[in-house]
Amino acid sequence: MTILDVRNLVVDIPSGDGTIHAVRDVSFQVREGEFFGVVGESGSGKSVMVQSIMGLVPRARISGSVKFRDRELLGISPAELRGVRGRHISMIFQDPLSSLHPQYTVGWQIVEQIRAHEPVSHAAAKARAIELLKKVQIPDAASRFDAYPHQFSGGMRQRVMIAMALSLGPGLIIADEPTTALDSTVQAQILDLLGEMRKEFGATVLMISHDLGVLSRVADRVMVMYGGQMMEVGASQEVLGAPAHPYTAGLLRSSSFNREPGTPLISIGGRPPSLLSPPAGCVFRERCPDAMDICGTAPPMRLYSNGIEAACWLEHEPSEPAAPTVPSDVRTVESGPESHIVQTENLKLAFSQRRGPERVVLDGITLDVRRGETLGLVGESGCGKTTLARAIAGLIEPTSGTVHFDGSPVSGLSRAGWREMRRRVQVVFQDPFGSLNPKRRVGSIIGDPFRIHGIASGAERRARVGELMELVGLSPEHYNRFPSQFSGGQRQRIGIARALALNPELVILDEPVSALDVSIQAQVLNLLDELQRTLGLTYLFISHDLAVVRHVCDRIAVMENGRIIELGDSDDIYQNPSQPFTKRLLAAASPGTAGGRPLRQHGSVFPVGPLVARPEEPVRDSGMKVTR
Amino acid sequence: MTRFILQRIGFGLLVLFLLSVFVFVLFYVSPSDPARIIAGDKATEALMAQIRANLGLDQPVLVQYFHFLGSLLRGDLGYSYRSSLPVADLVLQRIPVTMSLVSGAVVLWLAIGIPIGIASAKHPGSVRDRLGQGFAIVGISFPTFVLGMVVLYLLYFLPSKAGVNLFPPSGYVPLLEDPLQWAWHLLLPWTTLALVVAAVYARLTRGQMLEVLGQDYIRTARAKGLSERRITYVHAFRSAMPPLVTQLGIDIGLMLGGVIIIEQVFGLLGVGSLAVSSVAMQDRPVIIAIVLLGGVFVVVANLIVDTAYGMLDSRVRTAKK
Repeated sequence: MTILDVRNLVVDIPSGDGTIHAVRDVSFQVREGEFFGVVGESGSGKSVMVQSIMGLVPRARISGSVKFRDRELLGISPAELRGVRGRHISMIFQDPLSSLHPQYTVGWQIVEQIRAHEPVSHAAAKARAIELLKKVQIPDAASRFDAYPHQFSGGMRQRVMIAMALSLGPGLIIADEPTTALDSTVQAQILDLLGEMRKEFGATVLMISHDLGVLSRVADRVMVMYGGQMMEVGASQEVLGAPAHPYTAGLLRSSSFNREPGTPLISIGGRPPSLLSPPAGCVFRERCPDAMDICGTAPPMRLYSNGIEAACWLEHEPSEPAAPTVPSDVRTVESGPESHIVQTENLKLAFSQRRGPERVVLDGITLDVRRGETLGLVGESGCGKTTLARAIAGLIEPTSGTVHFDGSPVSGLSRAGWREMRRRVQVVFQDPFGSLNPKRRVGSIIGDPFRIHGIASGAERRARVGELMELVGLSPEHYNRFPSQFSGGQRQRIGIARALALNPELVILDEPVSALDVSIQAQVLNLLDELQRTLGLTYLFISHDLAVVRHVCDRIAVMENGRIIELGDSDDIYQNPSQPFTKRLLAAASPGTAGGRPLRQHGSVFPVGPLVARPEEPVRDSGMKVTR
Repeated sequence: MTRFILQRIGFGLLVLFLLSVFVFVLFYVSPSDPARIIAGDKATEALMAQIRANLGLDQPVLVQYFHFLGSLLRGDLGYSYRSSLPVADLVLQRIPVTMSLVSGAVVLWLAIGIPIGIASAKHPGSVRDRLGQGFAIVGISFPTFVLGMVVLYLLYFLPSKAGVNLFPPSGYVPLLEDPLQWAWHLLLPWTTLALVVAAVYARLTRGQMLEVLGQDYIRTARAKGLSERRITYVHAFRSAMPPLVTQLGIDIGLMLGGVIIIEQVFGLLGVGSLAVSSVAMQDRPVIIAIVLLGGVFVVVANLIVDTAYGMLDSRVRTAKK
């Protein structure tokens, strides 16, 4: 039984720069009771697609057909659409804090939804809301009914959103990146809850995510979107195990969730197409390792031997590009106390609060960073990992304890000593969009360290900036561009180039890839690895993403509540975690161990001819256009 | 919360004290001489010395100030130089006029400005939005007295020339005497004042609403299947309110201290017109009283705004607990 039948959906959004062709002729069916995943990078049109189904995209021009339980949703009156929203199709959004109204209690917001669709008394609606809050496991639901969203933690807020989405027993729940803003252990809980609720309420879930690992855990079927078009759709273990489309294969190669640690991530070259003027033919052609002449014509949707449907001309499996060659000079991590570039001794940091007890952020941290290694610092948000990094960089004065950098204490430095320290320790920040001044040219941003430290000026500075840009894979011709003219991955390269300008010894990477798309993440991680080999850098790598950390780090320090609870070689920690918290983190991050299903191993996948018309879905436009 | 209010009251008193010092010093250093104004151009030096002695102006400024402060603390604002009447009586009889003017205008300008702002924000770039924006630009850039004259010309002068007495041109009837006549007499000043201020509120509302309508929780409200009306008023306007309340408090506080131009144009004997005539006559006790009165209104209005802000914002409210 098909609950949602989308055919030839086209969504155009007029904007100041021209029309954004966000969704281009997408057709798919969601079956009653299944968990349907949509995966794609930012700008692939996945969010716009589901929001336009609900009429939530302002000024969008939508054509095609969207049928919910055989009822056409496009073109119905606003009043009729309102009757569907929330009652038959409900939505869960990415950021539960900004998606809940800050000025009303959570109970009020759930009651409002119930009473908007059903003529029940306030008392009855309230009883139902409390029941729902209990169902989504909010402790002490009756008293939390009157709490405001900001009084909940991130995970609890998302539970509230789920309770609200379930309140009228909708047939379809659309979840738009419901776990992206949450910590990994909380992420796992929310995914489990969604799964339970789906069983209990018999609802169908359509979930969007950019995270292949998340979808492989929960989705029955997966659809892959790229450049506003559908690339591939099928059972999730097939699509994520033996994909037929080169784009899906590329995404899988560049994400770390299913790779053995140490195997280089293979990124997809280039960047996604602009949705203002998408290319004719196959949208992925320009980045595709298997591109052929015929790809100038839009490929048909074809059925493959393992039941996948994919839009590709390829007659065989996507080819596996050679892994980037690893230079033979394997980097050596020196051991012994003299090789420690950073040592912290019983480091403490506490903030006194006006009311209430002191807040301890760092609680007796003793840690050493060895020259040449990559030390991962893992923990959930608020555990103190960024604060620790800032203390090591000398940017925060600890309450007690010492930090030694290369043998000398960091605190009490003279002005000149502090400057020297700044040269030797550099930081790359998380958000490549927020941490670059949008009004300054890239050349001068990267040249800042030379200017500030009075090292090079004029033509020499320009030349050295050019070298740096080359080093991180940016074209020196882009010297005069502004940050907004670069993509996310390129901006992070700018941040890295700036950090490398003064030949630092220690680079602190504060969540360097978490704001980037999967295929871009791999590019940046590979660049960092290459730079470490050639320049002999030491990295302190902060992340909440264990898959990424495991992939790049030699040793891992796990932090919880301001303490380091476990420290050891990456493999040891992964194979024998000793702390329950580490086990929880690991279970949350790896799909194989926590209720996920095994992915199909690579087998031969080949097309078995054009998509056969199934009885309930005749192929439209027979002849000319085979793209459904 | 109590501590917060006490702090604000203490701060308000300090502001009022500094205000009184400032006004006193201002008069002391100004070159004009109250005795000359009272006695006229042809007065003899002896007469003027006599007047100064009577008013206490021959004493050092510090003594004058402490004398003033002493009587102020006893609730005595002194006597007008010009009319020799108690300042408190002079000012108090003007307050109802100004309050009537402001209170009616507030209702009108909110009723005009906020709907225009909301309608503009709902459809940015539409004809409605452009009309609303045009209204705002005209309202903000039109001098108040010109608008007052235009209103008088159109609604009083033209009709009465044609033999129809639509509105009275000026004057004030106390509310308790005859509520209908009160409103009748104030309708033109209300309209004029409201038109000027409504423009500011239309713009402010539009800006706030535009920001709030782009928030994620408005999208959630739509996804819940709520009606547009409910989304606009219960969800969006609720969040757009705090800055409007702040502005409203400040405006009311300022205007209760005297709406000078409107009162002049429509011949209303309010605090504003008293201020104008007192400045012309260098009637220092009256001017100080008016300045302090304005100060009290602004301080009280701010206190109310701050308290209201706490009540409007769940985050502020719950943090205080």
